[in-house]
Amino acid sequence: MASIIEQLINGLRSGSIYALIALGYTMVYGIAKMINFAHGDIIMVGAYTLYVAIYGLKMPAIAAVFFTIVVCSVLGVLIEKVAYKPLRKAPALAVLITAIGMSFFLQSVALLIFNANPITFKSIITVPAISIGGITISGITLVTLSVTLICMVALTFFINKTKAGSAMRAVSEDKAAAELMGINVNKTISMTFAIGSALAAVAGIMFVCQFQSIKPTLGALPGIKAFVAAVLGGIGSVPGAMLGGMLLGVIESISKAYISTELADAIVFGVLVLVLLVKPSGLLGKNRVEKV
Amino acid sequence: MKKFMKKAFCLSLVGVMAVGALTACGTKNSGSTGEGNTNGSADSGKFLIGGLGPLTGEAASYGISVKQGAEIAVEEINKAGGVKVGDETLQLELKFADDEASGEVAMSAYNSLMDSGIQALLGTVTSGAGLAIADKTNEDGILQITPSGSAADLTQYSNAFRLCFTDPLQGETMAEYAVKTLGYKKIAVIYNNADEYSTGVKEAFTAKVKELGGEVVAEEAFVTNAVDFTTQLTTIKGTDAEIIFVPAYYQDAAYITTQAAELGITLPFIGSDGWDGVLANIVDPAALEGAVFLSPFLATDENPAVQSFVTTYNEKYKATPDQFAADGYDTVYVIKAALEKAGSTKSEDLIKAMTEIEVKGLTGDVTFTEDGEPNKGAKFVEIKNGEYIAKTN
Repeated sequence: MASIIEQLINGLRSGSIYALIALGYTMVYGIAKMINFAHGDIIMVGAYTLYVAIYGLKMPAIAAVFFTIVVCSVLGVLIEKVAYKPLRKAPALAVLITAIGMSFFLQSVALLIFNANPITFKSIITVPAISIGGITISGITLVTLSVTLICMVALTFFINKTKAGSAMRAVSEDKAAAELMGINVNKTISMTFAIGSALAAVAGIMFVCQFQSIKPTLGALPGIKAFVAAVLGGIGSVPGAMLGGMLLGVIESISKAYISTELADAIVFGVLVLVLLVKPSGLLGKNRVEKV
Repeated sequence: MKKFMKKAFCLSLVGVMAVGALTACGTKNSGSTGEGNTNGSADSGKFLIGGLGPLTGEAASYGISVKQGAEIAVEEINKAGGVKVGDETLQLELKFADDEASGEVAMSAYNSLMDSGIQALLGTVTSGAGLAIADKTNEDGILQITPSGSAADLTQYSNAFRLCFTDPLQGETMAEYAVKTLGYKKIAVIYNNADEYSTGVKEAFTAKVKELGGEVVAEEAFVTNAVDFTTQLTTIKGTDAEIIFVPAYYQDAAYITTQAAELGITLPFIGSDGWDGVLANIVDPAALEGAVFLSPFLATDENPAVQSFVTTYNEKYKATPDQFAADGYDTVYVIKAALEKAGSTKSEDLIKAMTEIEVKGLTGDVTFTEDGEPNKGAKFVEIKNGEYIAKTN
């Protein structure tokens, strides 16, 4: 019994990282109707930025965390301005290819600066593990879960209760109509990229604090898993991304523990295929009526 | 005008990306040491040895160590006058190429080494890459000695030899160590089921444990590039395992032991020779305290030959050599011995001479069987207070 609960917690921990990243995919898709495949690499940039901030610039941990979030947000906005904005009227395929190009570009730059060898990184989170009735929860797990929860609550509040959040919802509903209503669409899209990248930075920080090792390709796998999570939850839906991320982590952990480690990925993708067959818009996605 | 500027900017960005991608490839290959002479034919008074191993990527530490160890041996031999082959004295030259521990890269790197005229192959460093080129080197009939590739099939052809232990032999040795020496009966294993080396060691290990009356209570797999091992460790925690065996590479071992410590697992760890280099890749060595792994070489060994090698290596590369450096060094001396014995630089003569030589190496005294396998003893290394200590038992 204790083991099952611990496995569930393991799943929630990796799931919350997927969820943080999936939020970025889903928000960008909701607003700009494109998949930002460079999003996973923002995590990697976040990890290296944190490393440089702490070991290179000798910043205190809190300042380094803020610095990392700011750097990633600016980078997100920059990527949008440089690589995606000029293609806003282009066919979806062109945008997809640019996004993949951007992803390789970021990895190559990291490879040039830091080379391929993994760098060890001492976790900046030093929370002791707690034990309740034979269940041990590591400090990093506690922090990851709480940080994710805080981010999610803050984001939900932001989207539903603030003016800028309303603007985001309006743009995602109908770009042209929103513009007519006096909403600055460009600014809103930039803001979405900034928020998505900031969440990716948080995910990156959590990731290096857990695994304590940084390499140029570290964002690739969590990035693709988070993309799957976003689709599973219903791409474009913010609660969907949160649910999809958590669900993905738990399914992965439970299949690894009780079915087979080898099949875990197959099961995760199998679930995705199943959901898409039954409900093509994803778990919480809205069925859009296509206007002809 | 604004539009033009925008276009120009986009174009220049594309340019930067292209250059970035190209230079990224460039740095990958810059590790190879093509020291001028690339025609390297026998009559120029030189014997060209090709080296193959990962200089970048996950297993880079192994390849770099082998290359540096081999370079020291080459320099040493050349300084002492070279190798006497028949009535000629040859200088050795090493041309080392990066295979990124990948089969496909190894194949193309091997082909370009052959194009540059190598006369013997020191490599590959890792098993997967070696298996990928085994058919080809056999076809070419070139003498191939792997310093550290331990998959059983690496020496399937008559042209291929190995300096290190095989995977099955390692697994059996560690099983004997766990059950007989340490007296544990219930053992958990975490292995990489996408890796020949890891599965090879694990299979021999579990078979031997059963044979010795022990029990493998958990057999947990992971795949290459995995970083999260908490699920597997949690499962092991739920069993009554007394010890955990991890036949894997140092990066995996670093993740596994760190995460085990976080989960409050206090079971002892034992590992295979892929663990060498683990200390440099872990943040908190306390997670490794007491772990024991198999290794043919230890820098703190008091043997004068080892100490002299350690000193030279330290001066040259500002680092302490690991077993891979020693393997690289020994392999060059094996090639030298084969050259002297054969009295010829022809691959077929060298291959014939291999079974007739005995080399006193840093990794032990070694002779080779017809099957291409080495005969030498095993050494255990324990990690104590963040240092590698020779285990005497």
